Amino acid sequence: MSLQTVAVWVVVVGVFLVTLKPLGTYIASVFSFEPTFLDKPLRPLEHGVFRMFGIDPSASMTARQYGVALILTNFAWIVLSYVLLRLQGQLPFNPQHMPAVNPQLAFNTATSFGTNTNWQAYSGENTMSLFSQFGNLEFLQFVTPAVGGTMAIAFIRALSGKKMGNFFVDLVLMCTRVLLPLSVVFAILMVWQGVPETLGAYLHIHTITGSTQVVPRGPMASWEAIEHLGTNGGGFTNANSANPLENPTALSNLFQVIMMGLLPVAFFYTLGVMTGKRKMAWTLISVAGLMYLAIGAMVYFPMELGDPVINALGLHGHIYRVGTELVFGTGGTAAFETSTMSFTTGSVASAHDSALPITQLAYFSAMFLNLVFGGKGVGLLNMLMLVVITVFIMGLMVGRTPEFLGKKIEAREVSLASIAFLLHPFLILVGTALSVALPAGLKGVFNPGPQGFAEILYGITSGAANNGSALGGLGAALPYYEVTIGIITVIGRFASVMAMFLLAESLLKKRSVPASSGTMRTEGILFGGILAGSVVVLNALTFFPVMALGPLAEHYLLLAHHLF
Amino acid sequence: MKYLKPLVGVTLFLWLLLGLAYPLAMTGISQVIFPYQANGSQIRLNGRVVASAHVGQYFDQAKYFWGRPSDTVSTTTAKPDPYNAYSSAPSNLAPTNQALMAEIRSRIAALKKSIPGLKTSQIPPDLVEGSGSGLDPDISVEAAMIQIPRVAKATGLSQSFLRALVEASTSGPQWGIFGAQVVNVTQLNILLDKALHG
Repeated sequence: MSLQTVAVWVVVVGVFLVTLKPLGTYIASVFSFEPTFLDKPLRPLEHGVFRMFGIDPSASMTARQYGVALILTNFAWIVLSYVLLRLQGQLPFNPQHMPAVNPQLAFNTATSFGTNTNWQAYSGENTMSLFSQFGNLEFLQFVTPAVGGTMAIAFIRALSGKKMGNFFVDLVLMCTRVLLPLSVVFAILMVWQGVPETLGAYLHIHTITGSTQVVPRGPMASWEAIEHLGTNGGGFTNANSANPLENPTALSNLFQVIMMGLLPVAFFYTLGVMTGKRKMAWTLISVAGLMYLAIGAMVYFPMELGDPVINALGLHGHIYRVGTELVFGTGGTAAFETSTMSFTTGSVASAHDSALPITQLAYFSAMFLNLVFGGKGVGLLNMLMLVVITVFIMGLMVGRTPEFLGKKIEAREVSLASIAFLLHPFLILVGTALSVALPAGLKGVFNPGPQGFAEILYGITSGAANNGSALGGLGAALPYYEVTIGIITVIGRFASVMAMFLLAESLLKKRSVPASSGTMRTEGILFGGILAGSVVVLNALTFFPVMALGPLAEHYLLLAHHLF
Repeated sequence: MKYLKPLVGVTLFLWLLLGLAYPLAMTGISQVIFPYQANGSQIRLNGRVVASAHVGQYFDQAKYFWGRPSDTVSTTTAKPDPYNAYSSAPSNLAPTNQALMAEIRSRIAALKKSIPGLKTSQIPPDLVEGSGSGLDPDISVEAAMIQIPRVAKATGLSQSFLRALVEASTSGPQWGIFGAQVVNVTQLNILLDKALHG
């Protein structure tokens, strides 16, 4: 491991550790309506808007009302985004004269950006006008992670025995108090490192060899900031953060890694502050943190050891360079990919389809788990779902009624948590089985052998986990995948959240049981260990068969120098 | 539909703030404080824009240093069009795909043909394995050094002068500890062109 690799990981983990407490506390203050330093400039504006549109910040919604408002608003955005994409040719800020986006692609793009997935079946630089980029897709990259954040905040409030709150108020505050201020700072850092930020037309360059090169430009830096801070992951261009225009230097790469993790990690601490259970928050942070490092090791070491078939050629050194950019270094590339998969961002700084099998296994694992901090707020919800299931399993083992935060966990709660848990594998496995069985699905395969299967599995998983990255060879632009993945992203985003909201509501209604010496504690090393064990065992049991058919088969074939 | 008014109102407010004011304000600020980067880091030569500093270009003549293989294709013909910045893309070939190995072998052969006496064990992987964007402007220092004999022969410039040019185009690790040490091929070839044509 080189000094540069150690440096990038130390800085990334160090920044997360240092910021999680102040940032998590700040978020808790904002959503407990305590005074914060941004009140003075922003409060009059926000409250003016609330007054104007008849929103009473003190009137709380019920779990169902909150869920309905959230889903209706999201669907309105999806429709709006679809319409704007279809009208692209008539709208302003279109220096390259991009025509309207076709219906299936507009549907796929609107649902994918509307659900914080940001799966892209198109190449941004030659499909989207500047207006579509910043006025449509970038807007969704603000508001959809904000919705993810509101889900978690409402759930945490219910867990701590408070009212759920008002969706519209939370949505606005998540944008104005959390996402926008951070985006402004990081956008400037991005420009400093060389990411363009202009409304000018693409550059037409006459190279010294006498040919021409068209270099896309646009308000890319402001896009990169919210793309990563909101764990969105939709690229301005096709190659996303592998493109030197979007991610030009080792430092810009480091900033993007930091942006992805800041808020998902801090949200875990917010849970601790708002429920008063800081020790439990640290336990959950430790469990997710160790998984993050384990995924990092699985991503990094194969790159350093190289591809056995290429190594046999006897080149100078054996670091695997296929599909990676040189300037980030192996450590920087690994830090980016580990983060984009753990925090379900879905931007990429290297070609995932060309990644070595064990690296791909790590990518899959992060998406299956979907709680290694996960997307902003959503990962936390998934973690709490597993906490409820773990508490139940522990209760069964010692023969007592399980409790969580002083509330009894009974049949209804366990059923709801199980529905939320099972939905993810259900979508992935059924979706993959269907796509493998249908000729329309098989048509999308690019690489031969097990990797072809992995491409389909990855696409469906990426949709269900709202990740958005792809094994790029898959024919994502085929109408079959545009429609299927579009539908899966919507179910994956909202169905499990509704189950979790109902769970919160049912916990809220229960009377608190005072803690006694017999209460099972949901914190500390023992609980953390059982939680991590449950998470790993439940997921391994669910997904091992498909992993054996995909990356594991690929790994052993590669060791045997068997190519297709 | 009691949510209609707040839904429309909040969406409108957030769109004006995030979909319009934010990108336009950031563009304005960036144009003032970092105009060079904000406009695409344009490199000019004799008054013409010849490169965007971070975007690689395609070089295949003996007199220039070559960059990493690029798998980008033309958007109109779908034929290979290396370093097409209008359509960034990797090859997406999997490690178990024979096509990947065939490409790597043919690139090794092409390098050996262009540089007499070159051994496979001297070729660093970055010179025969394509990047994730097809636009990587960089190669490793070793990848530049092994090309010096070919460039010297084609241009008539001395090997020590070319080594100095390579060193002048080498940068990183950034701040001494981040990322890799790399040679920017576009920048190197511009320096080379200047040396040849005054």
